[in-house]
Amino acid sequence: MTESTAARKPRRSAGSKAAGTTGGKAGTTGAKRTRTTRKTGAAAAKGSETELVQLLTPEGERIETAGDSAYAEYAQYVADITPDELRGLYRDMVLTRRFDAEATALQRQGELGLWASLLGQEAAQIGSGRATRDDDYVFPTYREHGVAWCRGVDPTNLLGMFRGVNNGGWDPNSNNFHLYTIVIGSQALHATGYAMGVAKDGADSGVIAYFGDGASSQGDVSEAFNFAAVYNAPVVFFCQNNQWAISESNEKQTRVPLYQRAQGFGFPGVRVDGNDVLASLAVTRWALDRARRGEGPALIEAYTYRMGAHTTSDDPSRYRHDDERAAWEAKDPILRLRRFLESANHADEGFFAELEAESEALGKRVREVVRAMPDPDRFAIFENVYADGHALVDEERARFAAYQASFAEAEGV
Amino acid sequence: MALAKAINESLRRALESDPKVLIMGEDVGKLGGVFRVTDGLQKDFGEDRVIDTPLAESGIVGTAIGLALRGYRPVVEIQFDGFVFPAYDQIVTQLAKMHARSLGKVKLPVVIRIPYGGGIGAVEHHSESPEALFAHVAGLKVVSPSNAADAYWMMQQAIQSDDPVIYFEPKRRYWDKAEVDAEAIPGPLHAARVVREGTDLTLAAYGPMVKLCQEVADAAAEEGRSLEVVDLRSISPVDFDTVQTSVEKTRRLVVVHEAPVFLGSGAEIAARITERCFYHLEAPVLRVGGYHAPYPPARLEEEYLPDLDRVLDAVDRSLAY
Ligand SMILES: Cc1ncc(C[n+]2csc(CCOP(=O)(O)OP(=O)(O)O)c2C)c(N)n1
Repeated sequence: MTESTAARKPRRSAGSKAAGTTGGKAGTTGAKRTRTTRKTGAAAAKGSETELVQLLTPEGERIETAGDSAYAEYAQYVADITPDELRGLYRDMVLTRRFDAEATALQRQGELGLWASLLGQEAAQIGSGRATRDDDYVFPTYREHGVAWCRGVDPTNLLGMFRGVNNGGWDPNSNNFHLYTIVIGSQALHATGYAMGVAKDGADSGVIAYFGDGASSQGDVSEAFNFAAVYNAPVVFFCQNNQWAISESNEKQTRVPLYQRAQGFGFPGVRVDGNDVLASLAVTRWALDRARRGEGPALIEAYTYRMGAHTTSDDPSRYRHDDERAAWEAKDPILRLRRFLESANHADEGFFAELEAESEALGKRVREVVRAMPDPDRFAIFENVYADGHALVDEERARFAAYQASFAEAEGV
Repeated sequence: MALAKAINESLRRALESDPKVLIMGEDVGKLGGVFRVTDGLQKDFGEDRVIDTPLAESGIVGTAIGLALRGYRPVVEIQFDGFVFPAYDQIVTQLAKMHARSLGKVKLPVVIRIPYGGGIGAVEHHSESPEALFAHVAGLKVVSPSNAADAYWMMQQAIQSDDPVIYFEPKRRYWDKAEVDAEAIPGPLHAARVVREGTDLTLAAYGPMVKLCQEVADAAAEEGRSLEVVDLRSISPVDFDTVQTSVEKTRRLVVVHEAPVFLGSGAEIAARITERCFYHLEAPVLRVGGYHAPYPPARLEEEYLPDLDRVLDAVDRSLAY
């Protein structure tokens, strides 16, 4: 229902440059640009100008959402958002970006083996992350630093696996934030199973699974969609379409806009402007709410852009043009909210200055914690392989210990 | 009680005693599974506990992981050995590793039941023995009962284990009957057992090959040879101590399984026992198993599978050293 309303009603158009963020490949400019709209299928032919839920334009204007606005259904979820909450969202995005920049720098300095930056995706992550309740459960992929922030996971915990001192780094149950999942798409099934359990328990928590546009091609994601639909599981699928899966563009992943896939599985899908933190918050609240009410899964496609490289090992200049990034910089999620806060007089100089100082302090703390992060004990190799123990692990640990001890003996002689 | 029925009874007991236990899989509900192992369970415990799933193995195991994260104890049925591979990714990359990745904070008590092995004249993908592929993966436990009593008790123990257990069911022994004492106190899940004492040579096997090895020992006895038969029961871990004790007595070892010999579990046992018992051995450890070839069509499976003569031949070769 929602999906089709969102798709059919005309979006606000006149005078808004936001048209640039609409569906298809409108955001892709430059020599590498390929066909913008496929006319091959009915779904694709619907047109890309009518698909994007947006509540805040890139210029920072709040879009009129009263009455019969196409977005009224979602907008009601942020209708009474306070200036304080808006400043909170801004703070979250700024600090997350700062943390991310610090991690990128630490990788450059050799302190981290790898880093997957979220630059550009702050609004999608903070908006959706702030829509979750404490008792909800989040299943991230490997780039959800902003969501982790919203869940109260200490950001330095996220760095352990990238530094190479562990393969996780936090207790998933202390913040209901599962470990990062590297195998793309796998966690969509874990989220669905977890949500099936929530439903069995008669609880009203929601579950949210994050994955990328590339991951949407994995069988596990389709299987998760199907299980979720069949069992009416309270799970929200949150796909951050950041336009690229390493070097592969959307065209190499799908022939139909991703949000439309939900329809084939029997639940609503909606495309939201992922650079609009308000819209991301509203749409995710809407989806979690209906999941909690027992109305089953929903798919949110947050249409956004990965401004940096895929990871610090990637070289985007091989497959995309700088002008593409420049076009998306004009839609920067943080700048957009700042413009709104300023024009609405919701924040003063003092607020921005204080935040800047907080941001500096966060950067400093992250640097210090990472540099002080100890290497794990060598016997950690054998720890927690099994919950109930395993004879082979015991045998190999003992042999390893004897081998290590032989060095000490040799030195002692 | 037949082996299949013993598993059924064991599942019933688990469903009764722990509301968190769930049965999931294709056709496990109304039909009771294609081998009827889950027969009647949905009728008595409802569709919420005995869940017919979409036909998607990765989905079955992946959602079972999620349910386990939520505190459930899913027992998943993979319909046949050759159909586990769509789920192999979830089993290997997720199920096996999550406990370690969470530094012990997360436990995944998931049991994956796989009817396996040949000898029933089936079409392709219905007769394979992929146990070594799972035993190679740290974080998984891999077991296979050979008789109804073990099937009953090992299932109880697998469900109670906080580790993921791959439970291979010897489908050609589903209809073999044995006494099952539901009041017994079972030995540890991972202990091997000497099922027949002997002095001249040790036969080590698990699952469907244990019965064959007992027949071999009978046949050899007629020729005046005394063979000891060890039922390994567990493929990961392997109870090497029990095998070692036996081999130190008999000084000879032949390992028998249906799976291809090359890089199979017999290779591991041969290597470890050689290391542990080098000065006791009178002959190299020999292996009998499948060939490095796809499981053949049914009319050829008798050629492919270890049988009485092939095992006796290996026994002769060992004794000839
Ligand atoms: C099953 C699997 N195949 C390949 C990879 C290597 N890989 C890591 S990230 C990635 C691209 C994923 O793109 P997308 O899902 O769009 O997410 P994004 O990184 O853009 O956020 C690939 C191919 C992987 N991690 N897992």
